[in-house]
Amino acid sequence: MILKLQNLSASVNNISILKGLNLDIKENEVHVIMGPNGSGKSTLSKILAGHPNYSVDGGVVFFNNKNLLEMPPETRSHEGLFLAFQYPIEIAGVSNYDFLRIAYNEQRKHKKESELDPVEFMKYIQNYLKKLKIKNEFLNRDLNEGFSGGEKKKNEILQMLILSPKLTILDEIDSGLDIDALKLICQTIIEDRSPKSSFLIITHYPRVLTYLKPDFIHIMREGKIVKSGNMELIDRLEEFGYESFSNEI
Amino acid sequence: MNETKNQKNLEINQVLNQPYKYGFETKIEKEFFPKGINEDIVKLISEKKNEPNFLRNFRLRSYRKWLKMKLPEWANLNIKNINFDEIVCYSAPKQKNKLQSLDEVDPEILKTFEKLGISLEEQKKLSNVAIDAVFDSFSIGTTYKEKLAKFGVIFCSISEAIEFYPNLVEKFLGTVVPYGDNFFAGLNSAVFSDGSFCYIPKNISCPLELSTYFRINDKESGQFERTLIIAEKNSKVNYLEGCTAPKFSENQLHAAIVELIAFENAIINYSTVQNWYSGDNKGIGGIYNFVTKRGLCVGINSSISWTQVETGSAITWKYPSCNLIGKGSTGDFYSIALTNNYQQADTGTKMIHIGEKTKSKIISKGISCGFSKNSYRGLVKIAANSKYSRNFSQCDSFLIGSSSSACTYPYIDIWNSTAIIEHEAKISKISEEQLFYLIQRGISAEQAVGLLVSGFCKDVVMMLPMEFAMEADKLLSLKLEGTVG
Repeated sequence: MILKLQNLSASVNNISILKGLNLDIKENEVHVIMGPNGSGKSTLSKILAGHPNYSVDGGVVFFNNKNLLEMPPETRSHEGLFLAFQYPIEIAGVSNYDFLRIAYNEQRKHKKESELDPVEFMKYIQNYLKKLKIKNEFLNRDLNEGFSGGEKKKNEILQMLILSPKLTILDEIDSGLDIDALKLICQTIIEDRSPKSSFLIITHYPRVLTYLKPDFIHIMREGKIVKSGNMELIDRLEEFGYESFSNEI
Repeated sequence: MNETKNQKNLEINQVLNQPYKYGFETKIEKEFFPKGINEDIVKLISEKKNEPNFLRNFRLRSYRKWLKMKLPEWANLNIKNINFDEIVCYSAPKQKNKLQSLDEVDPEILKTFEKLGISLEEQKKLSNVAIDAVFDSFSIGTTYKEKLAKFGVIFCSISEAIEFYPNLVEKFLGTVVPYGDNFFAGLNSAVFSDGSFCYIPKNISCPLELSTYFRINDKESGQFERTLIIAEKNSKVNYLEGCTAPKFSENQLHAAIVELIAFENAIINYSTVQNWYSGDNKGIGGIYNFVTKRGLCVGINSSISWTQVETGSAITWKYPSCNLIGKGSTGDFYSIALTNNYQQADTGTKMIHIGEKTKSKIISKGISCGFSKNSYRGLVKIAANSKYSRNFSQCDSFLIGSSSSACTYPYIDIWNSTAIIEHEAKISKISEEQLFYLIQRGISAEQAVGLLVSGFCKDVVMMLPMEFAMEADKLLSLKLEGTVG
């Protein structure tokens, strides 16, 4: 089991958002959580990554059979949890390349492996750059600063490939992307994901699912998963909307 | 979750409160004067140093002027009463004869500089930097003197300059910062003990970087150093200055003067990394740092650039300035001031445009943490005859935590309508979202803060010479965190 949520409740600014969430993700599985605005999807991603403004009110979360909620956020990352942000943050003065290398070396330190120097690291990432059609000069720019929406999302996926996490949470990966960029990103995710790694995809729109081929679909409403199933749920969703799941709370 | 948040705050605090590495004291036999400042002490200093009459008179005039002056109160600083009767003006390692070479220096002192990462010994010297090491009131030694002499470059302590080049000293001392300039300039002019002197002759680009390392060791002595740099026509010099002091619970006084003179086409780049002891985390102890630094761009197309990284001192009061007299001359000021705990800094610059087509640029980055106060104060003045002059100023402040403060006091005084002045100011808090993003990628809170701060300071660090840029980066990260990759 990669991730196990049991009866998870959480709030932000004293407003209760998650209200008893249960979810199991095993190795090599792709899960999708869909739901209307305000259903708590993004809160779930922040809670799992350990954002300091979100508080857990009850329940437990196991990540690789360890208590996730006791880990500080950087340890969650070292242990293999990766959150691809819906809106990647811009940081002036910090070069993208330095950032990527520091992040990667922090993970290596955690695994008690030796750090890569700038030349070795450049070699290590060449393949990923090619896959994502990223030019070297892109690395010299400040982290996410002035990047287009597509560049920001590509940079998130580049980080994912470099850090090869066990569980990747993709928060609205399709927002701000044109069809070609979305295709390229999804293709890279599928072809280059590390073996046995799992995904939790958070999205409004079913479009991304035609590329990512999920194993499980969960419908979330008002802080709970109200329905789980396979791709067939999508058809019902497309036809009747989220409203049709309301009576199942 | 709240626990995680507290933990993060705790971590940031730990990072910000790295202990001061240079706080050790060297036990050596010292020679120092009785406490207090009076006419007899001033005379005694002059006698002790065998000074010529002009200098003795300069000191006495300064002392008499100083008596009539008042401590400046306009800065955004809380200054405890300084008891000038308790200050020892002169303290130097005791020695019987004049030093002929570094071999005769007390090995304890050499070890001190060694510990600070400054090696004066022949085989370990930095290959491209000549260093003058000043310990309390006394210059210990200057490296690479002979090599520099081949180019006609004079680099020695100001005491030696007074002895061997009295004409140069008499001609220029006090011409940039007159003794009546301000309270601390008056004090320094009366009792200054040592410092560095550089003279770069015509058409010479100084083949080495020149550097002075100041160390306050004595508990009660004030350090009053004096630096004078003269760059003749078509010459160029890069000068670096570093400072540390041991940890004492009493405040120590440091009042320095630096004077720069650039003639036609001459270039002086002056960089400082100031890391005096800043006091403990309750604000006890630390150096009171009152410094008057000024450069004269006398010649056509001359250029003076000040770069400073101010991380130490309990109080910093410092405005490295440029008087742009020569037509087409340029003055630059690049500054990083980082304050933590109860440190207070009021620092900035004055760019006085007097000649035509003069240019100045100001980039100031202030970082305030803990309960500190960090102010930028700068004057841009364009005189009536200074046609077609330009200034660009950018003053950015960065707040870490919720108990620190940052202020910006720009003064703009324009007397000529052809001037072009730009001023940008920005104040930001460390962003929780930026921190979270970095931490989610496995970067610890401390390293994340360090990255954000070094990103914020990048424009200024880039202006430092290579060796110093690395030292400055190390120093900033030492103040903020364990290691920056």
